[in-house]
Amino acid sequence: MSSPQANAAPIYGYLAEFDDKDALFACAKAARARGLTEIEAYTPTPLHGLPEILGYKNYVPHMVFMGGLIGVLTGFGLCYWVSVLEYPLNIGGKPFNSWQAFVVPTFETMILFASLTAVFGMIILNGLPQPYHPVFNVEKFARCSSDRFFFIVLSRDPKFDLNETRRFLAEQKALSVDEVPH
Amino acid sequence: MSQSTHHADQDALIGPGHTMATLTDKISDIVLTKKHPLQWFAVTGIAAIFASLLALTVVNLFFTGIGVWGPNNPVGWGFDIINFVWWIGIGHAGTLISAILLLLRQEWRTSINRSAEAMTVFAVMCAGMYPLLHTGRPWLAYWLLPIPNSMGIWPQFRSPLIWDVFAVSTYATVSMLFWYVGLIPDFAVLRDKATKKVQKVVYGMLALGWRNAARHWDRYETAYLLLAGMSTPLVLSVHTVVSFDFAAGIIPGWHTTVFPPYFVAGAIFAGFAMVLTLSIPLRIWYGVDDLITDKHLDNMAKVLLATGWIVTYGYGLEAFMCFYSGSTYEEFMLLNRLQGPYAFQYWSLLLTNCVLPQIMWVPKLRRNIWALYFVAMSVNIGMWLERYVIIVVSLHRDFLPSSWGMYAGSRWDWAMFLGTLGFFTTMFMLFIRFLPMISIAEMKALVPHKPGLATGSRHAAAHH
Repeated sequence: MSSPQANAAPIYGYLAEFDDKDALFACAKAARARGLTEIEAYTPTPLHGLPEILGYKNYVPHMVFMGGLIGVLTGFGLCYWVSVLEYPLNIGGKPFNSWQAFVVPTFETMILFASLTAVFGMIILNGLPQPYHPVFNVEKFARCSSDRFFFIVLSRDPKFDLNETRRFLAEQKALSVDEVPH
Repeated sequence: MSQSTHHADQDALIGPGHTMATLTDKISDIVLTKKHPLQWFAVTGIAAIFASLLALTVVNLFFTGIGVWGPNNPVGWGFDIINFVWWIGIGHAGTLISAILLLLRQEWRTSINRSAEAMTVFAVMCAGMYPLLHTGRPWLAYWLLPIPNSMGIWPQFRSPLIWDVFAVSTYATVSMLFWYVGLIPDFAVLRDKATKKVQKVVYGMLALGWRNAARHWDRYETAYLLLAGMSTPLVLSVHTVVSFDFAAGIIPGWHTTVFPPYFVAGAIFAGFAMVLTLSIPLRIWYGVDDLITDKHLDNMAKVLLATGWIVTYGYGLEAFMCFYSGSTYEEFMLLNRLQGPYAFQYWSLLLTNCVLPQIMWVPKLRRNIWALYFVAMSVNIGMWLERYVIIVVSLHRDFLPSSWGMYAGSRWDWAMFLGTLGFFTTMFMLFIRFLPMISIAEMKALVPHKPGLATGSRHAAAHH
């Protein structure tokens, strides 16, 4: 336990550990009710409803839609440019712009672009790859990927207070509350 | 009350007494600490020998040319396309399990989806080798792609063959992405559980720094669901396009509209047979019958039975259309299948694909691993024969009797086929050794949630 300092935050935040998801939900709701904003929960499996409590906007669907749209334009554009403008070939008397036949490559590029956007969009929006993160400094955090739930209040939260926030987390049904060093 | 409890046990998707922690330990220990059974070493060793045989056949092919294979005039397509279609079809069950069953909220997919996705990736690798190698000059395979080249020529986008390039390369890419995304949280589990430095570093890098944050999970689930939603039409399009390779030609027996649905059903049929072929030994060797339960085997057998009937309907409709069309060539093609030089292959495929799987109507046999293994092997062989019959029988009797011929795979054909089987098995065994063969993160969602205990997610709790 380091002694609290007055102004500059000496730690990254406080990490509370739970063995039950209901307690985690209660803690997240209580934190929002107190007006804390720089908060995050860590859970072994996705818990529906939790991100809404934490408050954020998920932009993955918008990105995937744009990716798919660009895929459609790219695929059809490629077929059209090759078959009509750059290298027109008379194949069985079919029109140069045989758009029905171009549907298949266009469909495949749409799926390809949208899938790549979904995966890399998710990874980038999540700020990954991130080799270092302060929460890993807490040894017991390794159990998060097994069966423990964690809740963190970051020191950069305007309402963060070394004593107040710690007391708030201790009042929840937490197994432990730890300091997270930077 | 006691009866319903008994019934619930029999149909449980997860063995009794599992918590999130025991699941995590059980699955990750197989990779991190468990000693692998003798069978693992035996199978991997033998498979690696066959994988080396593949390397040998490829070298021979490069130095000699595709003359070492069996195709001739009039049978210009042989083992290369038969095996391509067989392998890519096998891959489709993996996508079906991971994508379509996810969208249909079939929770039983969870313990088999990881290994089925691995199977997909390796099967697509085997499939992809054939079109590349059958060009004869694989170092010029980039000519297939629409990229600027010194000859100033471009692909012809009205041909199903270029559609195949787009469909298969997209499918390979998306299958690998889907598999990797599913693995990210499990890599994080392995990183956190690992005791050896090298394991910690390697799995840590692969996990990309995943830390199970709630916001991350939300974006992750969205991306995963969208991938599933896109893989579903993708997988249907891939085998449809593969069937267009045939259906767009005017060869008797190929030029038919039933091909796309019947090819897709056949692909799922073959793929489920391969999933059973792989998961039954896993269950025994690694004692995971509390995760891949009898209920899973039962469901897979039912899918096998259902898709088997779609395929059977396809065979029936094909035969009917040969007479109904009034085309002499079509009619001759069917009679030639029934009593021509390849009649043995045709009747064998009807036996292995349509008749033998019918034992799955008996509920007891659906939970008997020996009966299941027998049926799975029967379908593996039957679906290979199906492609053999479609390709060889239609081609070997050309329109003019003066152009008739016969086809048989050469020993290099057979060596390469055995080689891809060895490569596939080796890759799958390495997957078992180094990656969690069951999705840890998804299995945890199936643990029933008891308030006050460290278990379960809301999703599972709402379900019970």
